[in-house]
Amino acid sequence: MSKLDGWFVQSGSGSGSGYLDDQFIQLEELQDDANPNFVEEVVTLFFGDSTRLIFNIEQALDKKPLDFNKLDTFMHQFKGSSSSIGAKKVKNECTQFREYCRQGNGEGCIRTFQQLKKEYATLRKKLENYFQLARQAGPTETACRPK
Amino acid sequence: MMNMDKGGGGGGGTLSMASSGEGVSGQFPAGLRVLVVDDDLTCLKILERMLHHCLYEVTTCSQAVVALSILREKKYMFDLVLSDVHMPDMDGFKLLEHIGLEMDLPVIMMSMDDKKEVVMKGVTHGACDYLIKPIRMEAIKNIWQHVVRKRRNELKELEQSGSVEDGERIRKPSDDADNASSANEGSWKNSKKRKEEEDEEDRDDSSTLKKQRVVWSVELHQQFVAAVNQLSIDKAVPKKILELMNVPGLTRENVASHLQKYRLYLKRLSGGPQTGLNTPFMGTSDANFGPMSSFDGFNLQSLTVPGQLPPQSLATLQAGGLARVTAHGGMNMQIADQRNLFSAETPRLRFGVGPQLSNNNQVNLLRGLPSSMEQKQLTHLHQPVQSFGNTSLQSFGNTGLQVSEGSSRYVKLPMGSLGTGSSARVDPVHRNESNALMMQMAQSQLRGQLFSNEIAGRVLGGNGAVTNGRGAVQNPVSQASPMADFSMKRVTDLTGHGFPLGSSAGVPSLQSAGTFQDGGSSGVKGPRGFNPSYDIFNELQQNKTPDWDLQSVGLTFDTSRNTNPAQCNIDPSLSGLGQQGFLSSQKNREREEQHGNPEISQCHENLRVENDFRVKTESLPELNSDNFVYTRHWGQDDLMSALLKQQQDGIGPVETELNFDGYSMDNISA
Repeated sequence: MSKLDGWFVQSGSGSGSGYLDDQFIQLEELQDDANPNFVEEVVTLFFGDSTRLIFNIEQALDKKPLDFNKLDTFMHQFKGSSSSIGAKKVKNECTQFREYCRQGNGEGCIRTFQQLKKEYATLRKKLENYFQLARQAGPTETACRPK
Repeated sequence: MMNMDKGGGGGGGTLSMASSGEGVSGQFPAGLRVLVVDDDLTCLKILERMLHHCLYEVTTCSQAVVALSILREKKYMFDLVLSDVHMPDMDGFKLLEHIGLEMDLPVIMMSMDDKKEVVMKGVTHGACDYLIKPIRMEAIKNIWQHVVRKRRNELKELEQSGSVEDGERIRKPSDDADNASSANEGSWKNSKKRKEEEDEEDRDDSSTLKKQRVVWSVELHQQFVAAVNQLSIDKAVPKKILELMNVPGLTRENVASHLQKYRLYLKRLSGGPQTGLNTPFMGTSDANFGPMSSFDGFNLQSLTVPGQLPPQSLATLQAGGLARVTAHGGMNMQIADQRNLFSAETPRLRFGVGPQLSNNNQVNLLRGLPSSMEQKQLTHLHQPVQSFGNTSLQSFGNTGLQVSEGSSRYVKLPMGSLGTGSSARVDPVHRNESNALMMQMAQSQLRGQLFSNEIAGRVLGGNGAVTNGRGAVQNPVSQASPMADFSMKRVTDLTGHGFPLGSSAGVPSLQSAGTFQDGGSSGVKGPRGFNPSYDIFNELQQNKTPDWDLQSVGLTFDTSRNTNPAQCNIDPSLSGLGQQGFLSSQKNREREEQHGNPEISQCHENLRVENDFRVKTESLPELNSDNFVYTRHWGQDDLMSALLKQQQDGIGPVETELNFDGYSMDNISA
């Protein structure tokens, strides 16, 4: 039984509602005694890097006319790192954003970006709580990884 | 920026492939040296972890441009490249293209972009695989297969191509020999020969010594491709392409060389022809092949063609050359520029010792060099040559190779020819006769033998030949490494003589040689070589594994670079054929000075073969220079490589220049 169950992966109702997907579980599987904080390190890296990306995207969205190519490039990066940690909801927003870019839909981009930031903030909070919990739980609990 | 991490556990790098073809020994995937390029730091970290989890040795790089420079410097240090497609500084496909043309490493592209066009682009650009992000462990676990597959294909290509040139036959035998030895040693890495094509090119171009080095920029390459397409690949001949391209300064030879590479590249893309030659040793064969080809026909010229030989091939050459040389009794020096092969690469001088087909012929290694080599390099060559003169090889049981760079430095590498007793001693003076550029080759007495038995041939060649060949190989600073290689190979070969093929360490040495070269190029060998994955040394280390132990040959290798032009004498005395004595562990100590001046740093390498071979390093007072980047010990057959000493003396500005040309310390990532 994964600790994450009920937290992210399976939370929500329906397939698209989880905050995290299987990729995150894979990260946990890569965490071992030699790399006890691997997941947290990766997540920290992700949030640090994505904060910069979000900033860049916001700036790009402020410029008119919108440079969709540029936006798409940024979002491609964002999506790449989001998917690499299994940030499912964020990734889905990225996908949507890029679709709007492709369509040249500036409104859609802006709207999606707001949603993306919301999901991003939620995930961040959830993960912070999760790692805090994991630390409190200690090694025993940590050992019980989702399969 | 890049991080070098040693692969976790798993015997640290013992890559051993079963001697039987695709058979891969249990540890094989472990130690696979992978370069990961991704601008996404999160992905990079995850990939690094995943690769480590598979016990691969990982080098990460967040910029394509940096990755390319790393590869140009240390292409031998990697087995596989994993690259992102979308990167800000350089498109992943462009990187892929460069790698395909310059180092011919298997490249796996990765991207979140799964559109058919993009994936197809990866295929057409030569990617061996395309992974959709997010990357899963399941995919990472199996990437090693691309390394194996590529080697297999290359082997097949070689065999096919073999018929083309006389040398081919030789190649094969040698390959086999190498394989055998390598098999024992389990030096899977040794076999990395990536560029036979280049060798072939070299041969073709060997006649044109004056070939000018051309940097095949993307633009130039595109012009080239356009011309080829216009003519159609089948009908494209260098002359016509040259006319179409209409680029001033470009010569037919440049185009011919590039065309050959390009054809091979296309061939790879199309899967290449596969011949039935399945040598059991995939890995080893590769390395061997490269050299072999160059040696084929034992054309000194071909050997001499500096630029043409790829680094790998150099290694091979060395190995092959050694063997052959020994066979001949004479040693040939080859200087090859890898750079020529690769447009972008830093100039490297390679030393090859090639046996000459013609007996007693003197071969001018140098002459070939100039064309391929830059002026600076040339100068180096000259110096080396001179140094050669200085070097005296002692033959009899021991063959000593001395490599001296400039008068100030010289390294003597005595190679003991195990069985041979041919104590041909060559007077250094003798060698001097040859033009500075010219190297004299010892007669090839044994060559015939070489042919007869692939393995045996080499071994046989080893006899006496070494002694005769006392020619010192010198690499100017940059090439210092190559020299090391040389000795290594030679040693191997020698051992081979006395020893059963299996016992002979020669094969392993090949790889090591390559490593050395790399190191040489960087100016600081130690660092490179010792870098986790790719250095020959590393390989050696890996080799340390049981397989190597089997090989009795142990070399103690101290490579130290002294600021002083200290001289290193390596006197390996081979006492017995028994080679088994080689248990001696090899120690490599490389001290690198990452001083701004490569010149300053010198490297001494002492190889000791405990048993019979002893490499003595004489004057290395300075070895303990501050700049010790790296010290390693390994016992391998490759000890031979240890023989290769690299002394880089900062003595002469000229030398320095030569040595370090193209290799700026800055480039060296330590």
